[in-house]
Amino acid sequence: MATSTKVSIPRRAKRVQISSLLASTPMAIVAIGVFVVCVGYSVMLSFTKSRLFPNFNWVGLDQYERLWGTSRWVVSVENLLIYGILFIVLCLIAGFFMAVFLDQKVRFESGFRTLFLYPYAMSLVVTGLVWQWMMEPSLGIQNVVQRMGWSSFEFAPLVDPQYAIYGVLIAAVWQSSGLVMALMLAGLRGIDGEIWKAARVDGIPTWQTYLFIVLPMMRPVMITSVVLLAVGVVRVYDLIVAQTGGGPGMSTEMPAKFVIDHITARGNVGLGMAAATMMLLPVLLVIGPWIYREYVRPAKH
Amino acid sequence: MEQIQLMGPQGPKPKQTSVSRVGVYVFLVSAAIFFCIPLYVMLITSLKGMPEIRLGELFALPGDPSFAAWVKAWSEACSGVECNGIQTGFWNSVKITIPSVAISIILGSINGYALSFWRFKGSNLLFGLLLFGAFVPFQVVIFPLIIFLREVGLYGSLTGIILIHTIFGMPIMTLLFRNYFASLPDELFKAARVDGANFWQIFFQIMMPLSIPVTVVAVILQTTGIWNDYLLGLIFAGRDNLPMTVQLNNIVATTFGVREYNVNMAATILTAIVPLAIYLLSGKYFVRGIAAGAVKG
Repeated sequence: MATSTKVSIPRRAKRVQISSLLASTPMAIVAIGVFVVCVGYSVMLSFTKSRLFPNFNWVGLDQYERLWGTSRWVVSVENLLIYGILFIVLCLIAGFFMAVFLDQKVRFESGFRTLFLYPYAMSLVVTGLVWQWMMEPSLGIQNVVQRMGWSSFEFAPLVDPQYAIYGVLIAAVWQSSGLVMALMLAGLRGIDGEIWKAARVDGIPTWQTYLFIVLPMMRPVMITSVVLLAVGVVRVYDLIVAQTGGGPGMSTEMPAKFVIDHITARGNVGLGMAAATMMLLPVLLVIGPWIYREYVRPAKH
Repeated sequence: MEQIQLMGPQGPKPKQTSVSRVGVYVFLVSAAIFFCIPLYVMLITSLKGMPEIRLGELFALPGDPSFAAWVKAWSEACSGVECNGIQTGFWNSVKITIPSVAISIILGSINGYALSFWRFKGSNLLFGLLLFGAFVPFQVVIFPLIIFLREVGLYGSLTGIILIHTIFGMPIMTLLFRNYFASLPDELFKAARVDGANFWQIFFQIMMPLSIPVTVVAVILQTTGIWNDYLLGLIFAGRDNLPMTVQLNNIVATTFGVREYNVNMAATILTAIVPLAIYLLSGKYFVRGIAAGAVKG
């Protein structure tokens, strides 16, 4: 790693340099040991026949072939796409509206803000269990509405393979849209007040100002929100385990759960690691270049 | 991160008592109701008895509110074959959370400090790798870590799970402190250097006292994050140290005959209480922690 420069530096400075290296050792161990070596090891195992324990019988791309031939994996990926896209879009829309409406000099603003964000402080296990209870077919919301006289009302998504994923989606949006609200509200407060005066002078309706002037200015906030939400999407595991357990059938299975199940209960490490590598790929393609551009390259000057 | 401090509303000046004004409140109140319903249902269900729950009046207030379900959830509910309630999980979570939060913050602040003021060759690359670590799905590194911890005999132990939380907390903590230190005036550091202060002196005597606000943010972020963790606790903590979230899920999944929804909901509330209390007490610091996840240089 870093060695002191060839230019002669005073003795004291050199000693200080050493304590800085010493202090950075845990960081170096984690950065390299975990986020390079462990990742590399996982990828390597995906090319082997490892079952319960790792071995190095190379089988090339066999595991990947098997993976994409496994219906549970294909369904998981489809579920993730449906869930992920809808989750991000709905959170952005809901978060934006909540932020805009809160920005209208309303009374009890901080009260509303607290209410919109509190689910984000709760764990996904808690979220999953509460919504599971409310979506219970015979005692939950469906039953209450039916007894009020609307006998054909149906709201029990978790028992219907076709709609289960949307049941999970509702819970997830409930938990996370407050996050977007908080970020967007901070963004709105950062916008120059002159914009509003100018828009009013030009006679542009408020909603148009928001949609065509303010929203484009909030691009950085939107990117931040999408990144944070997307990280949550790829990782989604707890919510599924608590709310549906992946069912009914395979209707709410997700890639993250596929990997965990295969390295634990199913004892098929090779296949699990191939799946994990597939999860890593999009992250690497999107985040890698961005980190390099933003943080690693500026070192040069 | 600092800009997040909430200033007054800057939106357009509202016209007094117009239709749109009413619309604003209708929207906000309906949204507030939607957000409140799960908490409300959780609370009233936990205060009812099973006969009352079977009536199917999900939203009705309990006729005869009682904390019996809470007591049962805390000390008698069964997860698997053991029936000691969720209290074991609570204390396990305490034992896991406190050291994990402390260690990850100490390491994160040292890292951030070194990265801001004591750059060395390769320090940017290290930071880049760490940042990448903030986005890597856990699933990609979990298996090698299981193998490693098994080799060193820490798999399924309290030390093991604390180590794991320290590892996974490092990227965000380092980022948080690095951004904070980067926002401090450079002169502060230079002056101390001219006076002959060394690495640790500057850290302990100048930087640590200055970083109290960011440390508060870090504590909130890590405490809620680690308390709410499920996956890592499930895999690394071992049978004797399962955190509260894992035990909660086990209790709800354990069914001998009748499902006791009131006990389940009481256990759920008990699990949510700690992060919820932190959230309510911390106010703007919580929002700042969220924004800290908003990676920027």
